Parts: sequence; structure tokens; C-alpha cells
Amino acid sequence: MSKMIANRRVTINNPQGLHLRPGELFVRLAAQFESQIEVISGDRRVDGKSLIDLCTLGATQGMELEIEASGPDAEAALEALAELIQKASVDDMLAEQ
Amino acid sequence: MKFSDFVCNAAIRPELKAQSKDEVVREIAGALAEAGEVAEEELDSIVKAIMKREELGSTGIGRGVAVPHTKHPSVNQLVGTVGVSHEGLDFKSLDGEKVQLFFLLISPPDRPGDHLRALENISRQLRDDTFCRFLKQAKSVSDITQLLEEADNNQFSS
Repeated sequence: MSKMIANRRVTINNPQGLHLRPGELFVRLAAQFESQIEVISGDRRVDGKSLIDLCTLGATQGMELEIEASGPDAEAALEALAELIQKASVDDMLAEQ
Repeated sequence: MKFSDFVCNAAIRPELKAQSKDEVVREIAGALAEAGEVAEEELDSIVKAIMKREELGSTGIGRGVAVPHTKHPSVNQLVGTVGVSHEGLDFKSLDGEKVQLFFLLISPPDRPGDHLRALENISRQLRDDTFCRFLKQAKSVSDITQLLEEADNNQFSS
């Protein structure tokens, strides 16, 4: 199977920022995909399947991040993760699942 | 944000005695009360709030580290401390591993940015294996304060 790489820019809409709870939901969703997931903020690039890594971004509301997925299910992963991370609250995130 | 911006040295506990999740939260939060960082009469309410947050999902983030936290109206600024359990204990971590390092954070309800910056600092430093290992081996308050100081001076991590 060919290796797909897909990128998408997203904005953090949660007033609380990307704190542990939304971070955990993101990591759990990312883990469901085979693709490697990376999250990029400026010149920093971290593992989107690691909660500690994600926390190092300190992403506050309004911050723009780039999600990069590479692997056979890259597009599907990107679609799901971008939708999740842009939710305004953890409750909204959970409602989708 | 640096450790020195939120870690109360007087509340650092290098030899936690707790054996369970409930006990360790109470022990660390109690250390903040003993140090005068949170009001003694608010301790029960703070512990309850932290445990309620844990019910939503463990703050055991992996690598033997947990960041139990809550917002609480009784504090005017972010306060926190560090505790080490040499044996480690079951904190229902995401990776299922025992937790040895605890960073407790209590923030005022209206300051989500400070909490995020503390979390950012803690996670960045913990990605460094040396820092993580040394902290787990720390035997005294001064071992821990020295490590935190070195981390604040960028002697670990990227």
C-alpha cells in the first residue's frame, strides 16, 4: 500500500486550550489509526499519539496547529482528528464519539 | 513558565507514604495546606475536586508521571508542588504503569492559560530521560529543588 501523507491546519477553539482532557481524547483517537500522527506548532513537531508530547505545545485558544498524518489511513485520521481538536469543549468532543 | 513560578518548595515531598490514589492526592494536597499555600479549611474541598477530575480520566500521563489538578476558587494564583513515591503506586495511568512522580496543580478558575503553561513546562522537562530518572531517584527536598532549578536553567530538555 502506498504511503499517504496529509496535512491540515486547525485552530484551537477551546477557551481552556488544549489541556489534558482534550489532549487525552486526541491521543486516544489518534491511536485508533495506523498512520503516524504528528502535530506541528511553529518549528516544533511532536508525536500526536503521545499525551506528554502534545502537552509540550501549551496550545491555547486561538493557536493554530498543523496535523500531519502519514500512512494508509492518513486522510481518514486527519479528518477525524481535525474535527475533534477544533471542538470548543471536552463535552462537544465527547458528544461526537 | 518555570517550576519556580508555581512549585512551593515547602510542600515538596520526596518520600510519599501513600499507597493508593486517594491517599496520595490527600498527602500532596495536605502538604500544600501545611505549607500555607492553600487554606487548611479548604483541603477537603480541594481533595474532592481533584478526585472528581480524576474520575473523568486519570491524569497519569505516562512515564511514571501524574499531574493531578483542579481549579479552586480559594487560590488567587497557580500553586503547585512535587511529590515522589519511590515504590510507585497505581494511579490508573493511561499506560497502566505505576506512578512515581506527582505534580499537583491548583489554579484559580479564571486562569486557564497559567495551568496550560505549567503543564507545558512539566511535560517538556519530563521528556528528558535524565531529568525524569533523577527526579524519581531524589531522596530529599534539596535533591528535588536542585533538579527543578537546573531544569529552569535549561540544563535538561530542548
